[in-house]
Amino acid sequence: MKQDIAQLEQTASQVRRDIVRMVHACQSGHPGGSLGCADFLVALYFNAMNHNPAFSMEGKGEDLFFLSNGHISPVFYSVLAHAGYFDKAELATFRKLNSRLQGHPTTHEHLPGVRIASGSLGQGLSVAIGTALAKKLDGDPSIVYTLHGDGELQEGQIWEAAMFAPHNKVDNLIATIDYNGQQIDGPTSLVLSLGDLKAKFEAFGWDVLDEPKGNDMASVVAVLEKAKSHTGKGKPVAILLHTGMGYGVDYMMGTHKWHGTAPNDEQLTLALAQLEETLGDY
Amino acid sequence: MKKYTFTEKKDTRSGFGDGLLEAGKRNPEVVALCADLIGSLKMNDFIKAFPERFFQIGIAEANMIGIAAGLSISGKIPFTGTFANFSTGRVYDQIRQSVAYSDKNVKICASHAGLTLGEDGATHQILEDIGLMKMLPGMTVINTCDYNQTKAATIAIAEHHGPVYLRFGRPVVPIFTDADQKFEIGKAWMVNEGADVSIFATGHLVWEAILAGEKLADEGIDAEIINIHTIKPLDAEAVLKSVAKTGCVVTAEEHNRLGGLGDSIAQLLATNTPAPQEYVAVNDSFGESGTPAQLMTKYGLDAEHIIAAVKKVISRKKQNG
Repeated sequence: MKQDIAQLEQTASQVRRDIVRMVHACQSGHPGGSLGCADFLVALYFNAMNHNPAFSMEGKGEDLFFLSNGHISPVFYSVLAHAGYFDKAELATFRKLNSRLQGHPTTHEHLPGVRIASGSLGQGLSVAIGTALAKKLDGDPSIVYTLHGDGELQEGQIWEAAMFAPHNKVDNLIATIDYNGQQIDGPTSLVLSLGDLKAKFEAFGWDVLDEPKGNDMASVVAVLEKAKSHTGKGKPVAILLHTGMGYGVDYMMGTHKWHGTAPNDEQLTLALAQLEETLGDY
Repeated sequence: MKKYTFTEKKDTRSGFGDGLLEAGKRNPEVVALCADLIGSLKMNDFIKAFPERFFQIGIAEANMIGIAAGLSISGKIPFTGTFANFSTGRVYDQIRQSVAYSDKNVKICASHAGLTLGEDGATHQILEDIGLMKMLPGMTVINTCDYNQTKAATIAIAEHHGPVYLRFGRPVVPIFTDADQKFEIGKAWMVNEGADVSIFATGHLVWEAILAGEKLADEGIDAEIINIHTIKPLDAEAVLKSVAKTGCVVTAEEHNRLGGLGDSIAQLLATNTPAPQEYVAVNDSFGESGTPAQLMTKYGLDAEHIIAAVKKVISRKKQNG
């Protein structure tokens, strides 16, 4: 069942509550990027993708998603749990000993919904291309989605993959860039400039969609629909999704300082006061 | 000493190419990837037979490993092909995270391993790859000794679920194993039964060990020669059984003495039944340009050095009484 915009916004609010509670509970993890990508991942799993929470690794006949920037695992885990891949009570085990919810996503603990380990950056685009190629070999018309941090684009492997996909007409692939302009050490413009990303991907042969309102649910749903309509036309599709790191929690917004820092008790209370509990806390 | 003869010499990489074609015929899920070295990896016949199941990646090995991992998610059995150096050291983190840790059914097939790559020199002569690969949990590591064994191993790894590193080489070498052999992953091959010393050899050093064994026999030394084609998982039972009989060990490999077959054997023995051991391996150095034969002699990887190591280790065994 596809959720409508109002339902998606409610789900995103609950996902944001989960993110800050998970990170607070273990006093570690990455809330900033997780909050910024909550709208995207909710739109993907509750509206855009055709997927089956009765998880199979091969995912034949399904759209597949690969999280390349694995450090935003809190948002991934929360969305997977609400989508029915596993019991949301398990979110309480995030980053704790003997948990399937490792600091960065893995297949090693057999968590349903995860098909590749990520964390060491820059590898997810290649993996997604491989799966997209397999789908073409199998005559499976499904789409493969990825998400990348913008800082992650500093990794060279991304550009190896970016060169491969257009040459080989991997047009069943939609790669989204979380374009928040922040990374651990500061703004990307100071750490290592990304330059004109749209021009760069276009020069490599991608069909690029620029979405300035990456935290507006209607806009995110619309750009994903548009991206889907651009598949199958000989080019891979990229979405430059402008988001705000920490979006939804006022004191975390627009700064790299909450990239990988957990809120204390007082900060948690402040954050939860801004995020409506819509589906029930885990 | 059991007699080994050969009528033909061939490169082990051709065994890979022919094995890949056969594996592709047997299973439609087998696919192949190459990073701009199709000719060197002998992949042309596979490409001709199954053009849609081959992916030219270009000079982008990290991307190749990632794409292979992705293909395996959908049930394909990907074989990647490039030189050993670019198959391992260059892409260690991609193999670690996207293949080994993610338990992907990817076969990393590496030619031109070791010194016998020859004239290209040390930039291309990796001597650390066995160590790098065997340290990864869940990785199977195989180093084959001739054309027939390489072909059989290539077919066998397609039928084995899990990540595999298959290492072979560039030069033509004698074909002395059976054409119709069944390759058993993790099962050592008894080349010659003996009583005085256990020689554990892998890759191109197996033939050198046979040559050494023949000369040693002439001098009255009865060498047991065992081919360890699978370095991980190591056939511990075969190693311990042999050393229980002979009481001393020589290991022989075209690899750095640090981290290779010798260290795997030493660790097994040290934690079970310690025995004197000598290494025939590269002594913690890089290689250099030269012909394969010149390099194997200069770096101590031939029958003469195996013979010297055998004599030394037998004298140590006698000193220990």
